[in-house]
Amino acid sequence: MMPLLTTKGLSRSFGGLRAVDGVDFALMPGEIRAVIGPNGAGKTTFVSLVSGRIQPSSGMIVFDGADITNLPAYARVRLGVAYTFQITSVFANLSAYDNVALPVQRTLTDGRSKGAVRTGVMAALERTGLAARAHMPAGQLSYGHQRLLEVAMGLALKPRLLILDEPTQGLADSEIDNFIQLVREIAKSATVLLIEHNMPVIMQLADRITVFNAGKILAEGTPKAIRENAEVQQAYLGTTP
Amino acid sequence: MTEASPAKPYALHLGVIALLFALSFVLPDYHHGLLARIMVLAVFAMGYNMLFGYVGLLSLGHAMFFSAGLYGAGLTVYHLGWNVPAAFAAGLACGALLALVIGLLALRTTGVAFMIVTMMFAQVFYLVILYFASWTGGDQGLVVQQAARVLVLGSASLDLTNPTVRYMSALALFSIVLLITLAIVRSRYGRVLVAIRENEERTKMLGYDTFSNKLIAVVVSGTICAASGAAYALLFGYVGSSFASVQYSILPLLWVLLGGAATTLGPLIGTLFMYYVIDITSGFTSAYLLIVGIALILLVLFFPKGILGSIRQRWLGWLP
Repeated sequence: MMPLLTTKGLSRSFGGLRAVDGVDFALMPGEIRAVIGPNGAGKTTFVSLVSGRIQPSSGMIVFDGADITNLPAYARVRLGVAYTFQITSVFANLSAYDNVALPVQRTLTDGRSKGAVRTGVMAALERTGLAARAHMPAGQLSYGHQRLLEVAMGLALKPRLLILDEPTQGLADSEIDNFIQLVREIAKSATVLLIEHNMPVIMQLADRITVFNAGKILAEGTPKAIRENAEVQQAYLGTTP
Repeated sequence: MTEASPAKPYALHLGVIALLFALSFVLPDYHHGLLARIMVLAVFAMGYNMLFGYVGLLSLGHAMFFSAGLYGAGLTVYHLGWNVPAAFAAGLACGALLALVIGLLALRTTGVAFMIVTMMFAQVFYLVILYFASWTGGDQGLVVQQAARVLVLGSASLDLTNPTVRYMSALALFSIVLLITLAIVRSRYGRVLVAIRENEERTKMLGYDTFSNKLIAVVVSGTICAASGAAYALLFGYVGSSFASVQYSILPLLWVLLGGAATTLGPLIGTLFMYYVIDITSGFTSAYLLIVGIALILLVLFFPKGILGSIRQRWLGWLP
């Protein structure tokens, strides 16, 4: 099977800092892949390169067989690469409905399908359990609900690759359980790339885990293999005396 | 914005148009003439609001779009003897073309840089008008003769210098632009514009080419302002460089802020309010600008979102 996403020698430097350093990465369709690593390991920079929010210094990104290295972010979104933000950035002054309507209307090619926008929006809100709050301004939703709205917006793009940047950050435990269900649901129709710190979430969700350290891939494998990997333990816990 | 029933907003806007129509028959001459002028300038404000209110781009150069319409219509009538519709179309075309070029260049910047770049382009435009004084009349301006301001429609001819014809022409332009802006802001495109205003980075990540969307908005805004300028030249017969000065870039900003940015009727309310505050206070004292200033400060204190913006926030959430 051909990978959905491949990067070859992908690098990005900020001044002297090589935030992402020659990363070769491949992601199979239908997978739930978790990306972990200590703070500053380059995880967010890596997914920002994939989504096109920042440009690489060198290297290449291939999505579904096509070189997308030089495509602007919006064009990548149209190809099916959706990114949900680490720091919640819903449109606070717009209603939840309008927030989701923006991605929904963009994916509709028929310009006169007013009913289709409403149907699409309500479907995405139902899936994330926000339907009852459709007309509240997004800024007045609780933090957990804003995170869910963020996911609803990602879903509404009908992505083939959904990148979730620390989605459970700031969620209560009860909300996390629902969230895990939701991601499993999403994974039926999309490939998921998940940056996460919450280990129980990762162990439950991920098919495979990629560990970043100092801009490079340190290890990659099943959750079990990663848990037992000595190098990973060292990177997280420091050198043993 | 929520695809709710469109009945209320449309009823309100048609009501405002009907009210302006009825006023034509009851207003005394002086106010009749003033209101015609206010409606034309409210179109200028509506064009400005399209970009400033809905897209959140603060331009300090919109005088150039107004004067592109003013001179585009005025010069073709004055020098080439074009008829009224052709001259009006020339004004629109000048404004649209200028807005396209300025948009391509100025949209590479945002925020303060955008303000400065637009202001500089407008200054260039102003100086060009003065430089070519032999055609533009320089700072004296040009007066379009009454004979050239007749709209011929088949066998009928409308004299645009006649107060009633002038008022109705201004109202027609105002109504068309008002309904166009209402349709735009309620459309999906309007929703994208607001999204760009609220968070451009996020809008890009939803798959929108924000540059193209902003460029379209600049062209629409510039064309509406040019329509106002072209109508001004043809209805009031004066084409002068003072309309290209920086003062006329700041005035629409002030009108929009007063009436309420990102409200469809705010530009009219703001222009009306500003004109009448000046009109009334200057009747009492020569220090009327002092009173205007105090009125503006009170408004900012108690209605920080403009008159209609605050009304929408407090009472009428459905206002477009």
